[in-house]
This record gives sequence, C-alpha cells and structure tokens, in this order.
Amino acid sequence: MAIFIDKQTRIIVQGFTGKIGTFHAQDMINYGSNVVGGITPGKGGQQHLDRPVFNTVKEAVDQAGAEASIIFVPPAYAADSIMEAAEAGIKYCVAITDGIPTQDMMKVKIFLSRFPKEQRMVLTGPNCAGTISPGKSMLGIMPGHIYMPGNVGIVGRSGTLGYEAADQMKALGIGVSTSVGIGGDPINGSSHRDILEQFEQDPETKVVMMIGEIGGPQEVEAGIFAKEHMSKPVVAYIAGLTAPKGRRMGHAGAIISSSGESAAEKVEMLKELGVTIAPTPAAMGETVAKVLAKL
Amino acid sequence: MDIHEYQAKQLLAEYGVKIAEGGLAYSPEDAVQRAREISSNVWVVKAQIHSGARGKAGGIKVCKTHEEVAQAAEALLGKRLVTHQTGSAGKVCLRLYVEAGTDIAKELYLSFLVDRAQERIVMVGSAQGGMEIEELAETNPDAIKKIYIEPAVGLQDFQAREMAFALGLDASQIQHAVKTIQGCYRAMRDLDANMVEINPLVITGHGELIALDAKMGFDDNALFRRQRISELRDKTQEDPREMAAADRGLSYVGLDGDIGCMINGAGLAMATMDMIKLAGGEPANFLDVGGGASAERTEKAFRMVLADDNVKAMLVNIFAGINRCDWIAEGVVQAVRKIDMKVPLIVRLSGTNVEQGRKIIEESGLPIIMASTLAEAAEKAVQARNEVVARQA
Repeated sequence: MAIFIDKQTRIIVQGFTGKIGTFHAQDMINYGSNVVGGITPGKGGQQHLDRPVFNTVKEAVDQAGAEASIIFVPPAYAADSIMEAAEAGIKYCVAITDGIPTQDMMKVKIFLSRFPKEQRMVLTGPNCAGTISPGKSMLGIMPGHIYMPGNVGIVGRSGTLGYEAADQMKALGIGVSTSVGIGGDPINGSSHRDILEQFEQDPETKVVMMIGEIGGPQEVEAGIFAKEHMSKPVVAYIAGLTAPKGRRMGHAGAIISSSGESAAEKVEMLKELGVTIAPTPAAMGETVAKVLAKL
Repeated sequence: MDIHEYQAKQLLAEYGVKIAEGGLAYSPEDAVQRAREISSNVWVVKAQIHSGARGKAGGIKVCKTHEEVAQAAEALLGKRLVTHQTGSAGKVCLRLYVEAGTDIAKELYLSFLVDRAQERIVMVGSAQGGMEIEELAETNPDAIKKIYIEPAVGLQDFQAREMAFALGLDASQIQHAVKTIQGCYRAMRDLDANMVEINPLVITGHGELIALDAKMGFDDNALFRRQRISELRDKTQEDPREMAAADRGLSYVGLDGDIGCMINGAGLAMATMDMIKLAGGEPANFLDVGGGASAERTEKAFRMVLADDNVKAMLVNIFAGINRCDWIAEGVVQAVRKIDMKVPLIVRLSGTNVEQGRKIIEESGLPIIMASTLAEAAEKAVQARNEVVARQA
C-alpha cells in the first residue's frame, strides 16, 4: 500500500492536450503511472499520447474507469474542472494549477463538502507539485528519480523543499511511502492534518515528515491531531525563520498575518505537542533517520 | 493588490455605503478647488498612500479655511510618510483626497476578511472603532464580534442585523446599517476583494452612518477577471524592485541583510534563507525564480539581486526537477560572463543532471564557489561574505 495512488490507480489528465499537460502526462507515463486517458472538451474521440481523449470527466469514468485525476487547466477554469471531477465520481484529484482565485476555492470546498464523506473526492493542491508513491505511481510534476521507495510519508506545501527532503533521505538510504504536496495557497483541498490522517492508516508508512511554512493554522492543527490520534512519530520542519511579518514570501499562503503564524511560534507549539523538530532544513533527513532508528 | 482610500470609497459608494462628499487633488490649487465644490466649512485633507495609520504619521489634516487647505496640500504632496505598515522607507504621497469634515458622535469598526481556517469570509465588527483591530484583539478581545458567512448563500440580513446590534446601533439605524453591511459584503464578493475595512465607521451627530475611512485589498489571482480593479493599481505605491520582479515573472522580496539569494521554489527559498541565518548571516532578499529557469531568466534574476548595493555575496540554490542542472549551470555561466560581478558567487545544484551541471561550472574557469549540500552552501556564503567585509574594513 501507499496512500492515494498505487501501480493500478487509473489516472486521467485534465488539460491533457495542452503543452504543459502533454509534457507532464508523458513524464508520468514514463515513470510507470497508469494513465488511461485525458480530458480536453471538444477533442473527445481523438487519441493523444496513444491514449483516448474524452470531452467530459464523466465519460472517462464510465468508459476508462478513471479513479484519479490531475489538473493542468489554466487558473480561470481550474475550479470548474475540479468540481467536474468530483461530480463525475473521481476519488482523488491533484490540482497543479497555480493562481486560482481564493473565492473560487471557497466554492470548490463547499461543493466538495456536500457529498457524503465516503463518496467525497479528496483534493490536494492547488499550486502544488503533486503526489508520488515511489516505484508505483506518480501523479505530479516532480523528478521521480529522486524518490526511493520506503516507509516515510512526506507532506509539504512546497515542491522543491519536498525534493530537498526526499534527496536528503535518499542520501541516507531512507525511502518514501508516498509524498504529498498540499500546495502554497491560503485555501487548499487537503490540510496537513488530513494527510497525517491518511498516513496513520497506511500500514506501509512508519514515520511522517511534515514540511510546513509560515502563515495559517494548519501545521499546529496537524500537531494537535498527531498528539491525539497518531501512533506514528511525526517529524516537522517549518520554513521561514527569517520572514518578516506582513510580507508574502512567494506562496500566496506564506504570509504572517496574525500571532501564532511565524516559524518560531509554530515550532514552539509543535514541540509542546510532541512533534520532533528538524532544527534546520539541512537536517530533515538526519532527523528522520534518528526517529526511524528508535522504532 | 491594494488601492487608495478614495478608490475604495468610490467602489463602496456604488454598493450603497454612505461616504462624505469629497474629491481628488494633485496640487494645492486642485485641493482648494475641491474644497470650494464641497458644501462644508470644515475640510479634511488626506494623504493617499497605501497604508493605514496615516493620521499618526501626519498624513491627515483638518482645515477651516481654503488657505489652510492649500497649506495642508503643499505640506503633504511629495512627502514621504512613514507608518508602521510602510516600513522604514515610507511611501510618497502624490495624491490627496479632500473631504467634507464629519461631525462624529461615535466611531465603530467593521471589516470583512478571508478566514483561512474556516475557509470563508468573516465579518468582524466592534463598537470601539478608530483604534487598530490587532490592538483591540489583544487588549479587549470580548469587544470584537465575528460572524462567518456561508459562501454558497452569502451574507444574510439576519447576520447583518446581528452585527448592527453588536455595534450598539439603535432601532432607527438598523435598516441603514444592514444596507451598509450588505454593501460592503457584496463589494467584497463581486470584486474579488480579500479585505474590506472601514475604520472608523462613524455615527454622525445626525445619527447617520458614514464610512470615514475605507481600505480594500484584492486577490491578485482574480485580477484577470476584474479589469476595472486592475486599472486602479498605483505603481508609485509599490516597491520598485518587487514590481520589476513581478513584471518579469519572478517573486522578489527585499530584506535588510547582505547575502543575495536566487532559489527555485518559495519553500526552498525560505529554507535557504533560514540556513543562511543559522550559519550566522542575513539574507538580502527572497527570490524565487520559479520552475522554468532559462538562461535569460537567470540573467534577469542575477541583475535583480545585484542591483541591491548591500549585497556582499550571492548564493544560488537550485533543485532541478523539471529543470536540468546543466541548463541552469549554462545560464549561470552566461550571466556571470555578461555581468561584471564584484561579489563572490556560491552555487549549489541538486537534482536532475547534477554531475553535468557541476562540470560546466568547474570547466568555465570562473571563480564560482561550488557547494553540494544546503548546509555547505549557506556556510560558504557566510564565509565569503565575512571575507568581503574583512577586506573592506
């Protein structure tokens, strides 16, 4: 097992025939992901990358048994694509798109919440690098070769900082069960807490590495969940020690706007909740190694 | 994106929020003309800069004669106002808003914000207006009323009434208050604002409800569908370096340190800055060059970092995913050859094709300091910076 995706998961690409969609769909196919087709409204019936193109997600679910989707649709239409996937019965969706308006994401979240929990699509992102279960399936835009299969779960907002963590672990011979990017936007599909809940239930995952940032309440909420509901140890690093208050550091969500949102404050609160802190971003790998050694 | 007070007031007025009579002025003559047009015997001349707390910085002047209006305008135009929101550089006042003086009986607070934890718009109000809400939240949190708005159906009248009563308004004012509150909410929703703040919202001596100040901020991601809002952008109020970066598709934030940074990805950029600090240095900037760092983009980023005279060493940290280290290395070599670099350069490459990338840099013969890990990169950058400082001393 792993979480969200494995070798069999039938994947479709929304925004399949566009330049970015094509590039990454090919990359995912090369990695071994089970890409069964894609969606481009108006191009249904054509073949692209030797796979069928559908007009709607519903058709892809009915005809190709699509279970997971990845979204490369431009920001203006991305919320619509996410809701289409949810309505069509997709189980897991990764939204790569950067720049979706905040009010669109509010609508998406309300739309998803009206489904009963067991039928509700899980969304991760937007503005993320996607999800990878190393050696099994890649539903994202990451360099697959830097991830070694193993038993550490990674969850983080940032793409490249997540790569850094995986790379440090690989150098120490530590592999990854699944790595999930939740994205840098203020309102996202799944929170750190939601992903911890998934990792807790995954028998393959032994330790979770959580990579947080300044801004917002999600890391501390995840810490509370870890303390109350998790048997597995959680390691965390929070980026943005040097970030000044009120300035947005690249990600729309990475801004300290109220107390408790700075890196130092989050680190203190997480420590109190029993989370093991990687003191520096260069120590993510070795901190995970120490925690693994104690199991 | 932020806009000026007068712009926010004009927008809110279209949604039924009552404002005082006023007009825009670019010169003392304009200001006097506006004062003549406004039927009042007291005028307020207000500096239009993108910041709150303008009163404390001397940016708001109450005038009783046209002469005083001219003098106030003369004093404010071209002046750099420093508030706790502008940073030490302050912001230059190039526009004035001349408004009829308001007879204030009571000051209230009203705002609409995006609440990240609840993932919806929250309406915040207090009967204690005038002061800053952060301050009030600390000194008297019970004086603040919060009401969450369900995105699917929007703000309901009963919620607006609940807020009006919490603000201490009496029965005769409720209907007008509901209109004002609904107006603010509809402006927020329809224009893709991420913040509307009226502080103070005042009750006048005649019992009227007037937005005495108004602030609106907008979701940058939604500007593509709000052309009218985009047109309100005032570039004189933005940091020129950050603006230049944004126009080139880079994300730059100027900081106070002296180690320049160029990194791909916001998270890795923050983490690298943390490493610099932990190694005993201070970053000069945050700079995310993004995913597709072409040679051209790399050169632009170099120029941007080096335009800061404080920079005494520069650190490049790239984790190549979609990118390839050999492409990045070529871009760096090209940029260094084109730009006359006067400070030491430290480069750390990782990810796809890292060996080829390192080889290109080593074979270039340029005095580039290579590092293989994040920790080593930060240490070498701080060391190089210290050597520069020692030589200069």
